[in-house]
Amino acid sequence: MMDTLHDVLAPFGPQAGHVHALWMLTLAVCTLVFAAVLAALLIALLRAGRSNAQSAPDLSALGRPEPGRRHGVIAAVAASTLLLLALIAASIFTDRALAKLSTDGALRLEVTAHQWWWEVRYVEPQVADTFITANEIHVPTGRPVIVTLKADDVIHSFWVPSLAGKKDLIPGRTTTMNFRADREGAYRGQCAEFCGSQHALMAFFVVADPPERYEAWAAAQRRPAADPPPGQPLRGREIFMRSSCAMCHAVDGTSAQAVRGPNLTHVASRGTLAAGSLPNTPDDLKRWIADPQQIKPGTYMPATQLSSEDMDALVGYLQTLR
Amino acid sequence: MTAATLRLAGTAVLALACAMAMGGCEREMRRFETPPDNRASPHPDAPRTSALQPAEPRGDPVRQPAGNGEGYEGNAYNVAQGKRLYRWYNCAGCHAQGGGGMGPALTDDQWRYGSEPAQIFSTIMQGRPNGMPSFGGHLSEDQVWQLTAYVRSMSGQLKKDVAPGRADSLQANEPEAARDREPARPGTK
Repeated sequence: MMDTLHDVLAPFGPQAGHVHALWMLTLAVCTLVFAAVLAALLIALLRAGRSNAQSAPDLSALGRPEPGRRHGVIAAVAASTLLLLALIAASIFTDRALAKLSTDGALRLEVTAHQWWWEVRYVEPQVADTFITANEIHVPTGRPVIVTLKADDVIHSFWVPSLAGKKDLIPGRTTTMNFRADREGAYRGQCAEFCGSQHALMAFFVVADPPERYEAWAAAQRRPAADPPPGQPLRGREIFMRSSCAMCHAVDGTSAQAVRGPNLTHVASRGTLAAGSLPNTPDDLKRWIADPQQIKPGTYMPATQLSSEDMDALVGYLQTLR
Repeated sequence: MTAATLRLAGTAVLALACAMAMGGCEREMRRFETPPDNRASPHPDAPRTSALQPAEPRGDPVRQPAGNGEGYEGNAYNVAQGKRLYRWYNCAGCHAQGGGGMGPALTDDQWRYGSEPAQIFSTIMQGRPNGMPSFGGHLSEDQVWQLTAYVRSMSGQLKKDVAPGRADSLQANEPEAARDREPARPGTK
């Protein structure tokens, strides 16, 4: 599996930094208040009069008129109000800071969440440069990214803790979020809104590369799939086109153009299979094709029964899709 | 009322509630395993009757149904999956939402090539002349059975509690669960 970072407390971009700062402030204030409340309770316990189990309870307080507001109570209410207002203010300023990220020269992505995988479209000014991938987002370091978020079926939530906060993806409604990755590395993301039986296995990865490496990656992704070498991979392509694979998956440059499952044009270049469920190795790919329900129960990918030669050929072909 | 009668009444109510809950089991049951293939068919091979096929065509024969869709028509999950697949695989491209377009309507209960589940299964697998593609080998048999169950719900042939009551996307006609069974009208096919 990929060596990735998934940590709310380790921000690697300005947006995650703002969220992290707000989180630290809230933690500090809440810790202070908690400590003060405990201290007040301890003081009250220590100052209260003592009686033993044998003596009758002291009910004299019931007979006395209720005391007026005490200074301590007034001070505590005032402090709570002020602290809550301060947290509201901090929250508003965080929101404003998040909105201030410069989007000059931003990379534009369109992420559509499906049960249970992520479709990613790189939207370029030249339509011919636009390409589609799945579950793995590459971005250049230091360049802002505008992500348009959509959902196909139910509500999902886009969350890369090390780069930005959460944002829901709602069917029929388009939202956006901006972030920037300042340090190269692979950051793990996860659907953060319960979306059905495989919500937990709906991960994705944001790989931040230096700009030149990102450009090389994007150029490779834009190319349609190359013709496989004759022999086993070529037979594998025939199997792909003639069995159920081509009903849901697309491989650019072939007659498989369906949009129901992840685009497989460069599937072998990705680190994982099935939205972070499996490492992308030939053996895991075979297991996944032969019986997806064993690995991700409830997934909409049907099992494909193939003879072992056909399966080897198919996986051999998919390995050529780099 | 004595304590014994109360206890008896309580047990009876509990048993009744359990029985009622069990009644819903089959309707709601959702399979999380790969269904076995339909290998027990007495006539395994049937020719394809349509050259049209999605992606690249294949020439091998398709399998005949072994049963009559048992386990699919009484199960709301399978019917709902069929509805989803109907949209995914663009059945609506020809049959519209059941009213028909380039392909025939599916909202009555008498069809040219038979309206029994096994006959519909064969129609989807083999294809039919004049445009119905042959999906055998391109779809898993499980999915074909789910589609079969769903298209029968379009003409109100399934139980109301199993047929879909809502759609994932906009749907202009009434939900399948609210449709009455519609007999074929004379002169239309």
